[in-house]
Amino acid sequence: MSERADLEIIASLVPPGSRVLDLGCGGGELLAHLQQYRGCSGYGIEIADDNVLACAQRGVNVIQLNLEDGLALFEDASFDVVLQLETLQNLRHTERMLRETARVGRIGIVSFPNFAHWPNRLSVLAGRMPVTKALPYQWYDTPNIRVGTFADFELLARKLGLQVSDSFGLQHGRVVRRWPNLLASVAVFRIERR
Amino acid sequence: MASIGVVTPLSMFFAEPLSLRSGAALRDYTLAYETYGTLNAARSNAVLVCHALNASHHVAGRYAGQDQPSGWWDNLVGPGKPLDTDKLFVIGVNNPGSCFGSTGPMSPNPDAPGQAYGADFPVVTVEDWVDAQARLLDRLGITQLAAVIGGSLGGMQALAWTLRHPERVRHCVAIATAPNLSAQNIAFNEVARRAIVTDPDFHGGHYERHGAVPRRGLRVARMLGHITYLSDDSMDAKFGRTLRHAEPAYSTQDIEFQIESYLRHQADKFSEYFDANTYLLITRALDYFDPARVAGGDLARAFEPARGNRFLLVSFTTDWRFAPERSREIVKALVDNRIAVSYAEIDAPHGHDAFLLDDARYHGVLRAYFERVAAEVGA
Repeated sequence: MSERADLEIIASLVPPGSRVLDLGCGGGELLAHLQQYRGCSGYGIEIADDNVLACAQRGVNVIQLNLEDGLALFEDASFDVVLQLETLQNLRHTERMLRETARVGRIGIVSFPNFAHWPNRLSVLAGRMPVTKALPYQWYDTPNIRVGTFADFELLARKLGLQVSDSFGLQHGRVVRRWPNLLASVAVFRIERR
Repeated sequence: MASIGVVTPLSMFFAEPLSLRSGAALRDYTLAYETYGTLNAARSNAVLVCHALNASHHVAGRYAGQDQPSGWWDNLVGPGKPLDTDKLFVIGVNNPGSCFGSTGPMSPNPDAPGQAYGADFPVVTVEDWVDAQARLLDRLGITQLAAVIGGSLGGMQALAWTLRHPERVRHCVAIATAPNLSAQNIAFNEVARRAIVTDPDFHGGHYERHGAVPRRGLRVARMLGHITYLSDDSMDAKFGRTLRHAEPAYSTQDIEFQIESYLRHQADKFSEYFDANTYLLITRALDYFDPARVAGGDLARAFEPARGNRFLLVSFTTDWRFAPERSREIVKALVDNRIAVSYAEIDAPHGHDAFLLDDARYHGVLRAYFERVAAEVGA
């Protein structure tokens, strides 16, 4: 199962014992994993009621907030790692959220669907918006209001003065370091403030 | 789900004085309380429920002779309920100064034989209540609570537990509460108090000596309070502009709208069972609660003692008396201290009263949280 593999790959980027803020933490699976296997602590942020409940059931600290309202609740550099996984594409204020991620955490780990993955390119070439595992929605019902590519993010990070200390793609639960913009459906970036 | 059934109120007498924050003391006092469920052998599964303004130790169940549950949080506390009395030992205590069995303004004043305290009952604070509750736990042989829970003013007590006796409580569940009252909130309380104090039957708080009850003041106080506990939308949904009769009567003093009828009915009921001096005392306790005050206004500093505690906070989006922003201030203070906290902001239409109602999302989160609490203490 590649989702599980993806989770473990992301978890391996988080130094053991880290204080973690997980923006858009879903049901808290990753935080629970980090707590259990990597001795991490911290909080998840979620807006959806069912995810808040799932976190409570898992015993993960969850704070119900709308990320679009910013991270005023958190002081500068108050976390070792801020995770922003598969969240960016649903947020209107992408730049602000990335700045906030870098402000609150020493390290930010960002992942999002890579629109330049080759099947997407083929689909667009054929004249249709892609519908894939990483982008499972039709163009008219997608919650993804920001679609970008691996290469796009590199440019945005530079524009925001964020240093990319690592980046790779994920495909079928494997790390893709060769031509990730073409060969990976998910882009992963590790960012730090310059 | 079944209610816990018939319950019996208990009371405990304390001969030793209770020092109060004001500098005064209660010479001796009685606390009315109720318990539900069974204290386990390790005495680790106790959960204290703190009550708000007009509630009491009667949290769940019904009294003999009643055919319906009359406990104020019966939808939350009972067998198989979110606060599951099959696993947890739940305690409700009536706070001193209240009027439901614990020592309060209607109790005999030891300094004035033959008379009730009336206006001479000392001012009590949230912290004083917590200390009184702690003494009850001492007597019950409970060193540490699995959790303390409360809504509104009860939530303030739950918070105060973690500041005054952090080692005696594992989890704090504070619902629809605030780190202090805003000026607007104090203002509402003051209007309510003035309504009572200016009632000709108030007699400076010694109405008992005059065989009077300041019911008019109590009624107005209750009406005002009641309005602030509901949301604009929920009042609109429940009453709208519905008239009592088909056509307006063009009267300034008769009841015209259904909302007036409802408020007057609630006010009449309240004035029959609630004590005016208690209303003054309890609203004052609300006003005075401000843990940040002694920490130079720094709420995060105030919560330093609670670093070993774990918290669940819940607020309701339409609660304008204890708004979500106020709960978020508490969350921030806890996060600043790296304290374990979860926070649910429930999108419920009912205003402040939502904390007493049965909402699936709200009770779902509480159930999940208390299941973990119970598992943690081996219950």
